[in-house]
Amino acid sequence: MSRQLPDGAELGGRLRQHDLSAAPAVLNVLESRAPEARERADTLLAALSPAALGHEAPGHVVGVTGPPGVGKSSLLSRLGAEWRARGRTVAMLAVDPTSKRSGGALLGDRARIDVDPTDPGVFIRSTAAGDRVGGLARATRAAAAALSVAFDIVVIETVGVGQSETDVADVADSVAVVVQPASGDVLQFLKAGIMEIPDVLVVTKSDLGRVAERAVVDLQASLRALGAPETPVVAVSSASPPSGIADLAGALEAHRSGLDLPGRRLKARRMHALADFAAEHGERGVRALGGRRAAERWLEEQDPALDVPALLRALERKAAR
Amino acid sequence: MRTYAGHSDARRSNELYRRNLEKGQTGLSIAFDLPTQTGYDPDHELARGEVGKVGVSIAHRGDMHTLLEGIPLDQMNTSMTINATAAWLLGLYVVTADEHGVADEGLQGTTQNDILKEYLSRGTYAFPPGPSMRLIADTIAYTVEHIPKWNPINICSYHLQEAGATPVQEIAYTMSNAIAVLDAVRERVDQALMGSVFGRISFFVNAGVRFVEEHAKLRAMAAIWDELGRERYAVQDDKHRRFRYGVQVNSLGLTEMQPENNVYRIALEALAVTLGRGTRARAIQLPAWNEALGLPRPWDQQWSLRLQQILAYETDLLEYPDVFEGSKVMEGLVTELADGARAEMARVAELGGAVEAVEYMKAALVESQRERWRRIEAREQIVVGMNKFTSTEPSPLTADADGGILVVDPEVEADQRAAVERWRAERDQAAVDEALEELARAARDDSQNIMPATIAAARAGATTGEWSHTLREVFGEYRAPTGVGEAAAVPSQDVAELRDEVERVSDGLGRRLKFLVGKPGLDGHSNGAEQIAVRARDAGMDVVYEGIRLSPSQIAASAAQEGVHVVGLSILSGSHRELVPAVLEALSAAGAGDVPVVLGGIIPEADAEALREAGVAAVYTPKDWDLNRMMRDIVALVAERHGIDVAAPA
Repeated sequence: MSRQLPDGAELGGRLRQHDLSAAPAVLNVLESRAPEARERADTLLAALSPAALGHEAPGHVVGVTGPPGVGKSSLLSRLGAEWRARGRTVAMLAVDPTSKRSGGALLGDRARIDVDPTDPGVFIRSTAAGDRVGGLARATRAAAAALSVAFDIVVIETVGVGQSETDVADVADSVAVVVQPASGDVLQFLKAGIMEIPDVLVVTKSDLGRVAERAVVDLQASLRALGAPETPVVAVSSASPPSGIADLAGALEAHRSGLDLPGRRLKARRMHALADFAAEHGERGVRALGGRRAAERWLEEQDPALDVPALLRALERKAAR
Repeated sequence: MRTYAGHSDARRSNELYRRNLEKGQTGLSIAFDLPTQTGYDPDHELARGEVGKVGVSIAHRGDMHTLLEGIPLDQMNTSMTINATAAWLLGLYVVTADEHGVADEGLQGTTQNDILKEYLSRGTYAFPPGPSMRLIADTIAYTVEHIPKWNPINICSYHLQEAGATPVQEIAYTMSNAIAVLDAVRERVDQALMGSVFGRISFFVNAGVRFVEEHAKLRAMAAIWDELGRERYAVQDDKHRRFRYGVQVNSLGLTEMQPENNVYRIALEALAVTLGRGTRARAIQLPAWNEALGLPRPWDQQWSLRLQQILAYETDLLEYPDVFEGSKVMEGLVTELADGARAEMARVAELGGAVEAVEYMKAALVESQRERWRRIEAREQIVVGMNKFTSTEPSPLTADADGGILVVDPEVEADQRAAVERWRAERDQAAVDEALEELARAARDDSQNIMPATIAAARAGATTGEWSHTLREVFGEYRAPTGVGEAAAVPSQDVAELRDEVERVSDGLGRRLKFLVGKPGLDGHSNGAEQIAVRARDAGMDVVYEGIRLSPSQIAASAAQEGVHVVGLSILSGSHRELVPAVLEALSAAGAGDVPVVLGGIIPEADAEALREAGVAAVYTPKDWDLNRMMRDIVALVAERHGIDVAAPA
């Protein structure tokens, strides 16, 4: 038996009072697969649901995704400092790939995100991606929902291109896709519709000068061609001296303020419940719902006040019918 | 316990140097402490426990002045083991010589000044690779013009082998490193000087116990070096193209078990670098037989010296021309290694050269080390006394071994902290500010040489930490790649049982067993920590590994935020007495005081005992070479702490 986990309602209460030191214990509960922890997780999420809070969680959930090696971690170091300078508290959920064979993972992203370890206003947690390649572990979805009650900004950092921004888009209020100059794949993926159009596009390594400028212009052109000319493309440099970081923080904030937040969050909760259902019951379970699209349509008809555990139970009842 | 007063501070080191000079020594060899090597003042948080430990603490020209007081610098050949901050220490040396009335052109000596192996193995880097390479090129360009008798760089392949390099990798990465340096210098000096630049470059290599192959490696290096000189840099003078190297034989292969066997290993390794006259080392350092146990005693050092003397004076080794000349076996081996190295050099070149390929090379070394270790564990590679022929009669040699380690009087650190504060208070602050501003300007302008502004800052009274901080502000902070993410997994059958056990305990915990591997302090020897991290992943754990140079508060914050079940610390600098209690304290403060902590490193038993009493759950030393067994211990420790049934030992 594991040591006594903290009570879900108590942890929920601490987050509601913006007690950031509750974050590690919250994650421990949400990551646990033990049956008693699952009950606690449900209690915790219920205590933090919009119905319980009386409003949507106030934090801004930001998805940051992109191919490996484009400089996401350096970017997050700079962005984290920018947010802290603006007085925001920041939680970062770094999702690392898992070793297929052993099930273990080397969680190395944390090392590359440079923050003051003694600053209680920053929390970083690394999570292994889990079994679904590129997908988000269920704990990450739940953690984003829970931590956005206490932290001003919750970042979900994932690696990949193609599926990863879709997964993140299901959870985040705003999605930033990070690319580096002279990498054609993202442009191709955008044009081919393999990749959804993100809320903000970030071009790193702008200190490279003309190649970076060229990348910005190319991306803007494709966005116009795709009918999304208003999507901001921000050039940043994380190398000293950094540049564009304040612009990016501004672009994310602008996106968030122009957003139908309740609508996006409602959709996120429904997708969250469906992902949890699929993780629990697999392909066979999803077929019992009449397939993924049918399940999504059915979820759209449910009571908007239902929290994720309640939606999950509703899906399970429907599948059993 | 026997303690050894290290070089500690400038005054004590000066006394030691003067004693040695009186005995007839003609050169100075200066080792610096880790804060000086990584660019921190003695009162910086990261310097805690490290001041004066592995060498002398030099924080400003006042310290350098004290260090060299009464020593005739115009007659000295001074060797400085300094890399990231080499330009600064050279600046301090030049200023001090000037104060002694010795002009630049009269100075002789060497700065190690090789940054690449710091990223790949030794860990005392300060700035990112690009700017570091510029600092190296600047010091070379400066010395070639102003201090012509100075050896500005000593390129080290030694540390690559310690990090796991195969002979092919050792040749290829060392030569790629040399190319990166020479290419950078070529842009900063008059083309007519390139021949002298090439001729000024020397190497520091390793020699392992497979001495025939190791000898072939040196011949292959000499051949490729000559080729590079002729083809890439058009060096006309044969003398300039000579492959000049010093050697320290392999530490990696020395064992803590039956340590007397190391004497044979060292003798065979010494053969590798002396057999062929054409590629004979210019200088040889042999380790002591009991290095893996603790600090060698004077008698142990004498025993090593005698080995060298027997080779030189009793054997006929030095009486013949090249004994391998015309040997088909040797020629074949050399060709094979050189071809392999050229192919690997081409791969590095494709990635944009050694600077751009740091990540690739680091991952390749971690992978080689992992494979080497796997072969030892599987007994495919025999290490006598360790994984085969392990039974032994009681040794009369180790009966009274005391496991002595280098212990520096804690007063030294306190004194140095106070001294640097006094120094800052008493100097002309305006002059320092101005000099540092000028330094920042020079750093930002790539077309300038950093040395004049560095020398001016040294003269004005800036500190080591200030010089480095100014450059860190311009160049950025850097964390070298850990190389662990790309390491291939060990074959499943080797860890199958272990994985089952990790799964079982993880089920009991409710989530996957999570393990933080941390390297506190400035010690950069990360090979052990990397192998532990990779094996733990292969065993199915979630592993948080953040690389070297973490403060106790960073480790504690990570452990608490990540919700790890166990923390493993690796410390090889001898600073465990200061750092481990600091980490335990920080963990408690971060609310993670109940997370068990295990420790690995060169830890004398008396210290291990004290640390276990202070709350460390287990202490591992080099004799615990079986990583799977260590992993099983760690899993059992977590299980026990969480009340999960411990599986019967396999």
